[in-house]
Amino acid sequence: MKIGIQNVTKRFDAFVALDRVNLDIHSGELVALLGPSGSGKTTLLRIMAGLDWPDSGSVWFGGENALALGAAERHVGFVFQHYALFRHMTVFENVAFGLRARPRHQRPSEPAIRKRVGDLLDLVQLSWTAQRYPDQLSGGQRQRIALARALAVEPRVLLLDEPFGALDAKVRKELRRWLRTLHEDIQITSVFVTHDQEEALEVADRVVVLDKGHIIQTGTPQQVHDRPTSSFVHEFIGDSVALPVTVTGGEVRFDGSPIAIDAQGVPDGGATLCARPYDIAIHAGSIAGGLTGEVRRLYGLGALRRAEVALRTASGEHLVEISTPRALPVGVGQIVSLAPQSYRLFPLTAA
Amino acid sequence: MVSGILLLRRQPSVVPGFGITLGVSLTWLSLIILIPLAALFLKTTELSFERFVAIVTSPRTLHALELSFGLALAAAATNLVFGLIAVWVLVRYEFPARRMFDAVIDIPFALPTAVAGIALTNLYAENGWIGSLLAPLGIKVAFTQLGIFVALVFIGLPFVVRTVQPVLQDLEAELEEVAATLGASRWTTIRRVIFPTLVPALLTGFALAFARAVGEYGSVIFIAGNLPNVSEIAPLLIIIRLEEFRYADATAIAAVMLVASFILLLIINLLQRWSERRAGKR
Amino acid sequence: MSFNPVIQSQETVDLLATSFAPALVMHRSRRDGRADPLWLQWTLTGVALFFLTIFIVIPLVNVFAQALAKGVAAYVAAISHPDALAAIWLTVVAAVVAVVLNVVFGTITAWAITKYEFRGKSLLISLVDLPFSVSPVISGLVFILLFGAQGYFGPWLQDNDIKIVFAVPGIILATVFVTFPFVARELIPLMREQGIQDEEAALSLGASGLRTFFRVTLPNVKWALLYGVLLTNARAMGEFGAVSVVSGHIRGETNTMPLHIEILYNEYQFMAAFAVASLLAFLALVTLVAKVVLEKRIARTTR
Repeated sequence: MKIGIQNVTKRFDAFVALDRVNLDIHSGELVALLGPSGSGKTTLLRIMAGLDWPDSGSVWFGGENALALGAAERHVGFVFQHYALFRHMTVFENVAFGLRARPRHQRPSEPAIRKRVGDLLDLVQLSWTAQRYPDQLSGGQRQRIALARALAVEPRVLLLDEPFGALDAKVRKELRRWLRTLHEDIQITSVFVTHDQEEALEVADRVVVLDKGHIIQTGTPQQVHDRPTSSFVHEFIGDSVALPVTVTGGEVRFDGSPIAIDAQGVPDGGATLCARPYDIAIHAGSIAGGLTGEVRRLYGLGALRRAEVALRTASGEHLVEISTPRALPVGVGQIVSLAPQSYRLFPLTAA
Repeated sequence: MVSGILLLRRQPSVVPGFGITLGVSLTWLSLIILIPLAALFLKTTELSFERFVAIVTSPRTLHALELSFGLALAAAATNLVFGLIAVWVLVRYEFPARRMFDAVIDIPFALPTAVAGIALTNLYAENGWIGSLLAPLGIKVAFTQLGIFVALVFIGLPFVVRTVQPVLQDLEAELEEVAATLGASRWTTIRRVIFPTLVPALLTGFALAFARAVGEYGSVIFIAGNLPNVSEIAPLLIIIRLEEFRYADATAIAAVMLVASFILLLIINLLQRWSERRAGKR
Repeated sequence: MSFNPVIQSQETVDLLATSFAPALVMHRSRRDGRADPLWLQWTLTGVALFFLTIFIVIPLVNVFAQALAKGVAAYVAAISHPDALAAIWLTVVAAVVAVVLNVVFGTITAWAITKYEFRGKSLLISLVDLPFSVSPVISGLVFILLFGAQGYFGPWLQDNDIKIVFAVPGIILATVFVTFPFVARELIPLMREQGIQDEEAALSLGASGLRTFFRVTLPNVKWALLYGVLLTNARAMGEFGAVSVVSGHIRGETNTMPLHIEILYNEYQFMAAFAVASLLAFLALVTLVAKVVLEKRIARTTR
C-alpha cells in the first residue's frame, strides 16, 4: 500500500507539530521517521493511523482518501511504544482481539481465528505464551506480542511508535534485526518512529529526518549519513564535529583566522563547518591554515583513540573531539593543528 | 446543543462518543444537581432583601449559624492536630495492629451518621461508658455544646488523615537525609523540611473537615440536646422551620449555608491545586 | 515509587531486644536521618491510639454492645419487627436504584471527563463533587422546594396526583443526589491515569466504540467501579439528613433504616434502635474490608 501525505499541518494550541509536510511512502517500503522529541514524527505517524487528525492537508492510502476513514476503518496495524496490551486478556485473546472485533459476517470462524493467532505467535516466536497474561512477559516479549496483535488484522500498513524505546540496549539490538528480517518476509508497507539514528540507519530502507514540524531530508541510510543537506542532519546522524565559521569572499575563517579549506560555494556570511571526527587530520605543532588548539584529554579503546582538543578563540575556547590513529604521537598539553580532510559547509540559514 | 458541544471541544479525539457522553452527563447533572440547587437560590430571590436580612439576623438563626460554624472550626482544628499525629504514627512507626488502626480511620466515612449519633450519645450520657467516668469530674458532654463538638470531631477525622497521609508517604527519604547530612537537627528537619511540604495537604484536610462539620446533621442531633439558642445547629433549625411550614426561613438559612459551602469548595480547590504543585505532580 | 518507611530490619529488632522488652514493638529506622527518639515514638503512638480508640473504636464497639445488651432473642425480635423489616426493604430499594443510576451516569460522566479534552472540564469536575459539600439537610430541602406542596412543580404534581416528597420517589431522589459523586470520583483519577492508549489500540484494531468500552475500558476499571458501587451503597443505605427531610416519617411506608433508628431512639427503645443500627454498622465494616481489598487491586491496574 502506497501512502501519500500532502501538505499536512497539525497544531496543538499554539504549538505547530507539523507544518505543511509532504511525503510519499512506497509500497512494501520500511521507512523510519527520525527526529528529536517535539519534531512531529509521532504526530505524523498518528495521523496516518487515524489517531490524530490534521488541521489541513490530505492523507492517501493508494487512491483512497484516508482522512475519510476512522481509525477502526483504516486497516492499519499500530504498535504503541508502551505496547498497550490489554492486561485483563491472555496473550491469545490480545492477538485475537482485532479478528473478534469484526462484524459477524466478516469474522473468521473460531478455528480460523485459532489458526491465525497460532501462526502469528509462531511468527513472533512466542507460541508458548498464548495462555499467559501480559504482566507475565518481559518487555521484549510484550513488544513482539503487540506486533503480532497488529499483524493479526492483516493491516495494509504497519505503523510502529518508538517500537524499541522502552527496552534495554541488548534486547533492542536483537529486536531491530528481527524486525528487519520480519519485514523482508512479509513485505508490508511499514513506518516506524524513532529518535535513535543508529536504529533508523540499521533497520530502514529509507530515512525521513524531521525537525520542528518539517521534513529536513529524506533518503536511504547511506544518503542521509554521507550526504546530509544541512548541519542539523549532519549533527543528528552519526558522530559530528561542528564549528561556527564565517565565509568572506570564498575564504573560511574560524574565530577570525583563515582555515585552508574550500568554501564549497557557500555564500558570504555565517556558516557551520561539519566533519566526522575520523575525517579530521591532526598534526603536532601550529600549522598555518589549520585549527590550532591544545590537547586536553586522550582516551579510547581499540584501533582509534579519541582526543579532546581545545581550540582557542577570542571569547574563550571551543572543545572538539576527534578520532586519531593510535600510533599518532600526540600527548596531553601538546599544541596541535587540526585539518578537516572531508567536511561540509552549511550556510547558517539552512539549519 | 450539538454546536454548543462542538464549541466546547478543544481537540478532536479518535475515541468516539464525545457528543453523546458529554450531553448525557450534562443533562443528568443538571437534572439531579444543578436544577435542585438553583431552585434554592430562586426561592431565596422571592424574599425581599429586608426580609432575608431579618431572617438571617434573628437571634435564634444567628446563634445556630454561629454554633455550627464555630464548633465546626474547633472540631476541624482538633482534627488537624490529632490527625497529623495519627498520620505520623501510622506512616512512620511500626506497632501491632497498625493496619487495623489505619483501616479504622475510615469508620466515620462508612458508618451512617444516625448510627454514629446514637452511639456517641449513649457513650457520653451520664450513665454511658465514658459519660459515667466524666460525670464525677463535673464534665457533661451529652446534650451540651461539648457533645456537638465530639460528634463533629468524629465525622471530620478521616478528612485530615486521608488527605495528609499520601503526602507524607510519598515524601522522599532523601529530603530528610540530605537535611541531616547538612547538619540539621531532627527538630529543624521536621520544622523546615517536612512540615512545609505537608502544609497544603493539612490545610486542605482542615477545610474538608470544616466543610463537612458545618453541614453535619445526623450524628449531631442525638447528642446535641437541641435547645434553641443553646445547642441548636443550623441544619436542625432548617428542619424545624420546614416543619413549621416557614419555608422562606428555611430557604434563607439554607442559602447562607450553601454560599458558605461554595466558598469553602473554592478554597479547597485552590488548596488542592497548590498541594499538587507542591508535590510536583503538575 | 513510594518509599516504604516501615521495613523491619534485623538491626532494628536486635537493637530493640537489647534496650527494651516492650509489649509494643517500636520501629527505629535504620536511616538515622529519619529516626525519631524512642520516647517520642512512644508518646505520639500513645496519643494517636488513645485518640482513635476514644473517638472511633469505642463508639463502634458500643453499637454492637448495646444491640446485644438484652440478649440475642431480643435482638432478633427487634430486627424482625414488621416496621424494621419495612424500613430495611425501603432502604434496599432506594440503595439499589441509587447504585444503578449512579453507575450508569457516573461512568458516562467519568468517560466524558477523562477521554476528551474540552473547555470547562474543571467546572464539570467541581459540579460532580458538589453534593459532597452540601449539607444533607439542604440536599433534602431542595427537593421540597421543587416538588413539595408549595414547590415549583407542587401544584402540577397535585393536579396529576403524583407524590414525590414525603413518599418513596423523594427518598430515592435525595439518595441519588447525595451519592452521585462516589462512582465518578473513583473512576476519574484511575481513567485519567490509564489514558486513552488502550482505547486507541482497540479502535485501530477495528473495534467499535461500544465494543472498545465493554471489552477494554470497563475491564480496566472494574475494581474501581466496584469500589464506587460499595461506597454508593454504604452512603445510600446510611443517608439520614437528606432522607429525613423528604421522607415524612410514615412508619412502615416511608421510613428507611436510619429514620427507623431515630424513631426507636426517640421512643426510648434504645436496644431496638441499636439492633437496627448494628446492621448498618456491620455494613460499614464490610465496606471497609472491601475497601482494603479493592484498593490493592486498583493500585495494580494503574501503570
